[in-house]
Parts: sequence; structure tokens; C-alpha cells
Amino acid sequence: MASFSQFGNDLHTGKRSFDIVGLRRRWYLIAGILILIAVIGPLLRGGFTFGIEFTGGSEFVVSDVADQQQGKATDAVQSVVPDVVPKISTVSNTGVRVQTDQLTGEENTQVRNALAAAYDVPVSKVTSSFIGPSWGKDITGQALRGLITFLVLAAVVMALYFRTWKMSLAAMVALVHDLIITAGFYGITGFEITPAAVIGFLTILGYSLYDTVVVFDKIRENTHEDESSSSRTFPASVNLAVNQTLVRSINTSVVAALPVASILFIGAFVLGAGTLRDISLALLIGILVGTYSTIFIAAPLYAHLREGEPAISKHDKRVLAARSKAAAQADEVTV
Amino acid sequence: MAKLSPVKKAWRSLTWLAVIIVGLIALNTAGVLTGGGSWAPKLALDLEGGTQIILAPKLESGKTVSQEQLNQAVSIIRQRIDSSGVSEAEINTQGGQNIVVSIPGTPDDETLNRIKSSAKLEFRPVLLAGQPSAASVGADGKTTPAPSATPDPNLRSTPTVSPTNASDLNYVTPALQAKYDSFDCSTINNTSNVAPADEPLVTCETDGSVKYLLGPVEVSGEHITDATNGQRQTQTGASTGEWVVNIVFDQTGAKSFATVTTRLSGLQGVQNQFAIVLDGEVISAPRTLAVITDGKPEISGNFTQESSKVLADQLKFGALPISFTVQSQDTISATLGSTQLVNGLIAGLIGLILVVIYSLLQYRLLGLVTIASLAVAAVITYLLITVLSWREGYRLSLAGVAGLIVAIGITADSFIVYFERVRDELRDGRGLESSVEAGWKRALRTILASDTVNFLAAAVLFIVAVGNVKGFALTLGLTTIVDVAVVALFTHPMLQLLAHVRFFSEGHRFSGLDPRALGAAYRGRARFRPSDAITPAKAASVSREAAKRQTIAERKAAELASTSASSSSTSSEGKDS
Repeated sequence: MASFSQFGNDLHTGKRSFDIVGLRRRWYLIAGILILIAVIGPLLRGGFTFGIEFTGGSEFVVSDVADQQQGKATDAVQSVVPDVVPKISTVSNTGVRVQTDQLTGEENTQVRNALAAAYDVPVSKVTSSFIGPSWGKDITGQALRGLITFLVLAAVVMALYFRTWKMSLAAMVALVHDLIITAGFYGITGFEITPAAVIGFLTILGYSLYDTVVVFDKIRENTHEDESSSSRTFPASVNLAVNQTLVRSINTSVVAALPVASILFIGAFVLGAGTLRDISLALLIGILVGTYSTIFIAAPLYAHLREGEPAISKHDKRVLAARSKAAAQADEVTV
Repeated sequence: MAKLSPVKKAWRSLTWLAVIIVGLIALNTAGVLTGGGSWAPKLALDLEGGTQIILAPKLESGKTVSQEQLNQAVSIIRQRIDSSGVSEAEINTQGGQNIVVSIPGTPDDETLNRIKSSAKLEFRPVLLAGQPSAASVGADGKTTPAPSATPDPNLRSTPTVSPTNASDLNYVTPALQAKYDSFDCSTINNTSNVAPADEPLVTCETDGSVKYLLGPVEVSGEHITDATNGQRQTQTGASTGEWVVNIVFDQTGAKSFATVTTRLSGLQGVQNQFAIVLDGEVISAPRTLAVITDGKPEISGNFTQESSKVLADQLKFGALPISFTVQSQDTISATLGSTQLVNGLIAGLIGLILVVIYSLLQYRLLGLVTIASLAVAAVITYLLITVLSWREGYRLSLAGVAGLIVAIGITADSFIVYFERVRDELRDGRGLESSVEAGWKRALRTILASDTVNFLAAAVLFIVAVGNVKGFALTLGLTTIVDVAVVALFTHPMLQLLAHVRFFSEGHRFSGLDPRALGAAYRGRARFRPSDAITPAKAASVSREAAKRQTIAERKAAELASTSASSSSTSSEGKDS
């Protein structure tokens, strides 16, 4: 670990520096390709898979059951439709409620028979009906309204705090990048989008902006301190800030990702599909992408947006001129 | 100016933290003792199960319910349930006709009423009022039933003179009079006791004490834009302690309300009364003493705080397009079950252990401060959640548990930002004590800015969103506040104190604050030269910069010397200048 703190020291002083801002074309290209994959991938797979909370589905209620063991219902449903993960709960002391994706008429009959056989009751004791979505359009509508209000407010707050709207813009672009890629991951892997996954997306949204604000605060400090007297060009100041916060970025994402990764591991490999897997996948991808996009998209984009400003480009030219002059002088002195 | 030394400040902050924790414990103890509170947070539907209520629409024969009406009803019911707390109920339609409401726990009558009653509000003028039963009370105190319970169908049921306004007694036809006379409040069935808006209505006060014959609807609940409950205020602003519902009408409603009150205030006897009818029953029929032109009447009628809140919520979100009856009410088990929760918690624990190992590797013994801070954050969050689940009906779902686990990352980030800042200051050659103060100043700005963004997200989503999203927003807002509180009241004071412990202030190899490991060169006791050792080859191109850094560092070193001389009595090397 001594080498890691040495690494931190070198990044802090600028002895070692990753040219992140300078290579921005490369990062833009990578982001473009990733977004393209995230958009086209799900389309090729046939769109997103939504959970029954969004689409509604079929519900079976088995009554007068002697043994309410829930595993029987899962087996019965999967003997007819193998891919479906049913939501099962017991009702009072003698009933079992099974909710599945929308089934066809024939599958419906087969599932009813299978359930009746599994619980050893006559078929007449198994009722089936269609259930509407519990996450209806009204919830989605309200959530979207909240989201848009939040994004606008966050952009305004950031613009006021950093005293430039260009930071808001860069942060928002990085945020959209994160959301598209996380959503694309769901589309490509075919994981179901459930309310838990949506909550995961929202958490990512907060985390991504949070991470960007932390790094931007350092950028603001570096570029503000030496607005006119700096010996660095504007992009170089931004780059130094990103490098100086690199150790923090790595530490934070590791600390945030470790618990989520262990939930994903247990959720996916021990429990199989379910709420835990759905939410932790969104979170893990989002944390990693959120940290990445702050460094490789938000910061270079911000430098890109501002370097064209007359005051900044004038300053940058002066710095470069002074630097070559100093280099020439230093050559003479050190001889 | 009496400035407190960092150590005193640190103890003060820690005292505040203790006060907060003890306060929360006391609050929750009070909750447990008075009933309703508990030491464990309540769990949501997916983890604990609850009650499944199937609501069937009340339909007159031959009529059907449209999908649109059902969706509207679902949306209104959801708003009503949300307004009573953050319990993440699940509401959906079933079979294109019923509505299934699943809520955690067992609902009481108040909750059922909140969900199912239509809450159709009407204002009707009073035409007649009288004894509640059809029976006439004899002189001997014996009651004899009214001669005929069913009015004669041959009586005239249309007015001879068409009424000019809703208060016109010409509405009282002989048929209506007979119906009114034979009406018995003890047999009232408010589900069937409805009349079209443009016709008179015979009904009773909700407690069955008065029977009324009311004119057509003057103003209806559709024109209500807002409703709140509160205690009645007298003209001097004093509170009378009586619970009322204050409503605000839209323009149309306010205008018709003004017209009606103008007319009624000129009338005598019962005709001066204005009946407020809810779902076919009169909740109160106040006398019209003044003309109300601002469209903001208040409704009184034997309310408790709870029942006035229920009515205000119902009126605010609008009446259900159809009335419902409870078809069945069953307990249901959790959909996820305890295995998911247990495994989720185990996973979280494993993740936490990994975080502990990582922080110890990264920050050596300073990592212990991180771990202690996370533990303090966990205690406060746990207490807040138990208090909220008692006061606000908050329930922890599996998604909420996952949200809390992610919060570990965001909380730990504050410490990381702070520690990195302190290390940056050490690298620039400051002593530990002033590094802690300077690093804190800069880190606090960053922490506040980034937490503000998170808090904004939480607040906006909490206000705007419904259902599960609301629960998420509460969790996020809670952890953000706890984060700021812990870093300011625990992590920073701890570092301030540790800065005086030899092990740390001397920069022991395992303290995580070793200036030598951080690249600052040793320059005599407790003073370090900055680490800007730049190779001669590079020196040429960055000579200007190196010179500048040197001056900053020297200035800082001077600062350090003066601060340690003035604030610290342990330093024996203070310069006397």
C-alpha cells in the first residue's frame, strides 16, 4: 500500500499525471460507442423486459390448501412456463396466491391444473384472473415529473454554486450517459425491470451527480485560485484537479461498490433471480459507470466547453508563451 | 474574541452528538412506553406481508365499471393511502372490475374508511328539519310507529309551481313530504341514499340526531382545490380546540358559494341552514350568519384530529368515481420472505467487512475512525428509522435495505474526501493540527455541496412522487442528513482530538498520517518540508511553478508556526517573535 500512497503523492504534486483532459477525443469516442451499444443492443434483443408490476399479469388463487408450502407453486408454474419467476404469497391460513406474467389461455388452463395437482385440491378450487399493474401510469408519471423537476433544480443549484452553467451542462451529460448505459445493460442481459430496479436507477442518478460535484469542486478550486496568475493552461488545471482527486475517486468507488457487489453475488448466485439481484445490478453498474463518467466525460467536456472563452484562451496563450520563454531562460541559467 | 481551541470545540461537537443520540433514544423509549413504538423498525409488505383487501364496485344492476373509472379510483386511493404515511402499499386492479389493495399490517376502521369511502361532498340548503324517526312520540312517552312506512304512490311528486331557487319550499311536494315524514334515521343506508344533484334529498345527520329534507346541490366537491384540517380559530386568532376542515374553492365554486350564502343569510328558521352532505349523510348544517365571498368555508361536525385529517385528505384528492364495498379482507404473507432479508443482511455484512479491511489498508489506524464513524451513522440511522416507522408509518422494504447499504458508500465518501484533504495539507508541509483544520474547511464545502444535490433529489422526489418512489426518497434524504451530521459531529472532532495523540501527531508509520509516506520531507521536529522535489531535468520546464509552490509552502510553514504557538501549549517550539 506504500506504493499506493506514493501514487497519491505523485498525483497530488503533478509529478505523475494522466492526461485525461487532453485525450478527450478518445473518451468521447468510447462513450459514443458504449451509448450506441446500449441503445442498439436492447433493440436487437426485442426491447426491455418489464416485470408484472408494470405490465400486469395473471393471478391464481388456490383455496382450501392443507400445506401452504410456496415451493410447490413455483415448481407447478415452471413446469408449464419454465422462464417465469412467480410471485407467491400465502393468503390467510388456507390459500396460496400466485402471480405470474400474462399467460396465454392455454397456459392458463395448464397452470391451473398443475397448481391443483401440486396442492392436491380439485381444479375448481383454483381461480384465475387478470391483474392490472400495481406500478401504474400514475406512479410513472409522478416519478418522471419529480425527476424532471429535480434535474432542473439540480442544474440551477450547481450553476449558482459553481458560478457557471457549463459545469451543470457537463454534469448532466455525464448523468445521461450513466443512465443510458445502465438501462442498456438491463436491455442486453434481459434482466427484468422491476420497481426495485427503478429505485436502483434513481439511486444511481443521485450517486452520479454527487460524484461529479465532488470532483468539480476541486476543479473549481484549482481553476479559480489561479484564474489569471496561473502558470497552467485551463485544460491543464482541470487535468490536475482530476488527477488530484483520483485517489479519492478510486477509494470511494471501491468502498461503495464492495457492499453492492457482495449483495449482487449472494443475490445472483445463492438466491437466484429476485429483488436483490435486480437492484444490486443496477447499483453496481451505476456506481462504476458514475465514477468513470465524472473523470472521463464530465471533466474533459467542461474543459472543452470553456477553453473557447476569450478570457481563458487569451490566458492559455500567454501561459504557453511565458512557459517557452522560461524554458529558454532556464536553459541559459542551468548551463 | 474568545476563540475556542480545537480540542474544546471537538468536545462540544461530541457532546452535541451524544445529545442527539440520547434524544432519539428517549423519543423512541417514549414511543415504546406509550404504545405504538417499537425498538425494531416495521417492515414493508414485501418482507412482512400484511392485509389484502379486495374492493368490489357498488353498481346498480345492469351497469358496468369502465377501465378509466377503475384507473382513476386506483390513483385516488393511492394518494389517500400515501397521505397517511410512507407505507408503500400495493394497489392494482383485478379482473377488470375489482381493486386489490395490499397494505402492511392490519388496517383499522379508520384506514378502511379512508380507502373505500367515496367522499362525495355536496352543499345543499335545508328545506325542512325535524325529529330523526318516523315514530311520533306520544304524550305518555310511549313511541308508536308511524302508520305507514311506505308513502302512498298516488301522491303528487312534481311541484305545481316550479321552484325559483334551491331554497324554494315549492320543492316539497306531497310525495316528498310523505317520504320525509316516514323516514327513519335508524334504518338509513347511506349506500343507497342518493339523489341526483338537481333533486331534493331526504337524509339524516351522521349521528342520527336530526332528519332533513334538503334542496338540490348548490356547490359540489369537484370545485375544491385544497383542503386542510386544523383547529378552529376565533376572530382574535385564538384556537378553540375544535377540529375543522378548511376548504378552498376554485373560482366557480367560490362564486356559487357566495351567491348561496347571500340568499340563505336573508332567510329565517331552518331555511337559514346550509347542509354539508358527505356520501349522502349530513355531517353538519351550520346557520348561515355571514356571506362568504372568498370561497374558503370551514366544515365542522364533531371531528377528532384524526377524522378531520381523513376528510381533508379525501376532499383534496377528490371523490372516487364509484363507491366500493370490501369484498374480502385476508392476511397475506410476504412475497420475498425472510430468506431474502437474511441473505441481504448477510451480504451487507460481508460487504461491510470488506470495507473495513479496505479502509484499514488504505488509511491504517485512521481507518478505525472511518469504521467508528460508520458505526455511529448506523446507530443514528437505525434510531431515526424506528422513530419514523412509529410516527410516520415508514416501513422498510427490501429496496429500502439496499438503499441503506448503498448509503454506506456515500457516507464513507465524506470521510475519504476529508482524509484526502488532510493528507494534501500534510503533503504541503503543514503540521497535523493545522492540516486537520485547513483540510476540514475545504472538505466541508465539498461535502455540503454534494450532499445538497442528494438532498435536493430526496426532497423533490418525496414531494412529487407516489408509492415506492416516496419511500426511496425518504431513505435517501435520511442518510444524507445523517452523513453530514456524523462527519461534522463525530469524524472531524475525532481527528481534532487524535491530532493531539502522540501516535498520530508524530506521524507514526501505521497512523495513516505519516508525512514521510505522504512525501513531505522531515525538517526538524513536527515540521516538514513540502515534497516538491522535482528532478533537475523537469525543473527547467516547471521552474516558475516550483518557485511558486515553494513560496506557498513557506508561507504555510510560517502560519503553522504561529498557530501552534498561540493555540497549543504542548508545543515547546513556538516562535517568540
